[in-house]
Amino acid sequence: MEYFLQQLINGLSLGALYALIAVGYTVVYGIVQLINFAHGEIFMIGAFGAYATWMILGQPTDWSTTMSLLVLLPAMLIGGMVASVTVALMTERFAYRPLRNAPRLAPLITAIGVSVFLQEFVRLFYGWVPGFPDAKSAIPFPSVPGLSGESLQFGEVLIQMPAVFTLAALAVCSVFLWYFVNRTKTGRAMVATSQDPDTARLMGINVDRVIMAAFALGAALAAIAGVAHGLRYGNIDFRMGFLAGLKAFTAAVLGGIGNIAGAVVGGLVLGVAEAMATSFIPGQFGSSAWKDVWAFALLILVLVFRPEGLLGAKVVDRA
Amino acid sequence: MLEVKQLVVAYGRVNAVKGISFNVEQGQIVTLLGTNGAGKSTTLRTISGLLTPVSGEMWFEGERLDGVAAHKVVEKGIAQSPEGRRLFRQMSVEDNLRLGAFSRKDAAGVRTDMDRIFDLFPVLGSRRTERAGLFSGGEQQMLAIGRAMMSRPRLLMLDEPSMGLSPIMMQLIMSTIRSLRDEGITILLVEQNAAAALKLSDKAYVLEVGQITLEGTGEQLLGDDRVKRAYLGED
Ligand SMILES: Nc1ncnc2c1ncn2[C@@H]1O[C@H](COP(=O)(O)OP(=O)(O)OP(=O)(O)O)[C@@H](O)[C@H]1O
Ligand SMILES: [Mg+2]
Repeated sequence: MEYFLQQLINGLSLGALYALIAVGYTVVYGIVQLINFAHGEIFMIGAFGAYATWMILGQPTDWSTTMSLLVLLPAMLIGGMVASVTVALMTERFAYRPLRNAPRLAPLITAIGVSVFLQEFVRLFYGWVPGFPDAKSAIPFPSVPGLSGESLQFGEVLIQMPAVFTLAALAVCSVFLWYFVNRTKTGRAMVATSQDPDTARLMGINVDRVIMAAFALGAALAAIAGVAHGLRYGNIDFRMGFLAGLKAFTAAVLGGIGNIAGAVVGGLVLGVAEAMATSFIPGQFGSSAWKDVWAFALLILVLVFRPEGLLGAKVVDRA
Repeated sequence: MLEVKQLVVAYGRVNAVKGISFNVEQGQIVTLLGTNGAGKSTTLRTISGLLTPVSGEMWFEGERLDGVAAHKVVEKGIAQSPEGRRLFRQMSVEDNLRLGAFSRKDAAGVRTDMDRIFDLFPVLGSRRTERAGLFSGGEQQMLAIGRAMMSRPRLLMLDEPSMGLSPIMMQLIMSTIRSLRDEGITILLVEQNAAAALKLSDKAYVLEVGQITLEGTGEQLLGDDRVKRAYLGED
């Protein structure tokens, strides 16, 4: 039982990471029907933005727990968000907007190009920025006293503090998202635009601004995920967005792409499924090498039996 | 109030509107008549800024209208209830009306106007938190008109508001349009139901495959032989 609970917690915290990234795929898809394959790189840029903020602060290593949690962590989060939101808005403005009326395949291929571009762009810094190794090895993520290496113990169940941070971040973001979508003017405009863009324009909604808001929103959550990833694994690198992005995209499809709540649920389900597969499937099929196989197998199963995803794409309704 | 001059609009390389000119005078109901595919909706969508004209000019209250972005057209005082109603079906009546008032900043005024819509259409008021998709066709049309009214337009464009409605519902919609005009709102109406629309109209234009072939007051067109044959089903 304890073992099961332990794996459930592990799965949920991994899933929370996927969920934070998945929201970005889903809001952008819901509005412009673009699968933004560069979103994984926006997550990566968030982690590097947080890292850069830590360097600008003078690479503090001896701050007290209070200072770290109240100053260092928020600063790194904000730095990460500024970096990823800026880059996401630039990709929207210069890569996707010119293709707004082009056939669907064009922005999709562009997204793959943007993804490669952003990876290579970050890689260029390797070797000449102090702290960036010259090899292609991972960069140690700054440790935040009070979080890194700490854990909470409940009986037999151990929860790492970075996992607690990820889960708390997802909880806060979910409340924020609910409020944003249901109670703010921009949020309502976003829902209206995803349902019917032309009619949204007849209402006086500036669809360009809504699209920018969608990119910015997704990027901000991805940046939080980037910090969570750094704290959880202790290092970051320019390729980290690839697999995480793929998993998060899977989560978005699993939950029903276009549906924000679906992205959150899909992320959590995927994380738990991975954790359970590696702990309860015997033999080599339960090894961590197989966990990605099980994740994508789950996706295929859901797509076969429930093509609209777990929660269905309710946001995109054109009936 | 609205002047359209030599307007040409195309989808790809095919011209759907081929150089039409017409005027809408302040305080009038002006109707565009025409069969399916004549270019009526295309014309309204162009005025609203959803389509960019190939050539021609549009002027509203002395200002150039072509090239103005769709969301700015609403701010200038032109609202449209589109063909097929296009409600946000998953959203409540109230949310639909609030979206209609998206360009406005005066929260108190929006609330008063919403109450006025509920006075005008009591069904909407009594079911204001229900999803728009659950309402009947006629009720949805009321909501679509109400939603367009929420931006406080000076020019209201209605694209086939009687489409698919029962005769009783249609009469209700038509009398609503008349009373909106009497309140001082100028109306540009697109209708296939020629008889009902012409009785109401101060001015009407007949559009055929992208060109205006006839114009006159509502009464003149009601008495015109060609209109009788083609649109009123008389001979
Ligand atoms: N999105 C589009 N793409 C290509 N052609 C279009 C498009 N919309 C309309 N058309 C064409 O443009 C012409 C005018 O269409 P429009 O919808 O303006 O006609 P309408 O007068 O409103 O007809 P209806 O009474 O059926 O609503 C038609 O030939 C139509 O097929
Ligand atoms: Mg039409």
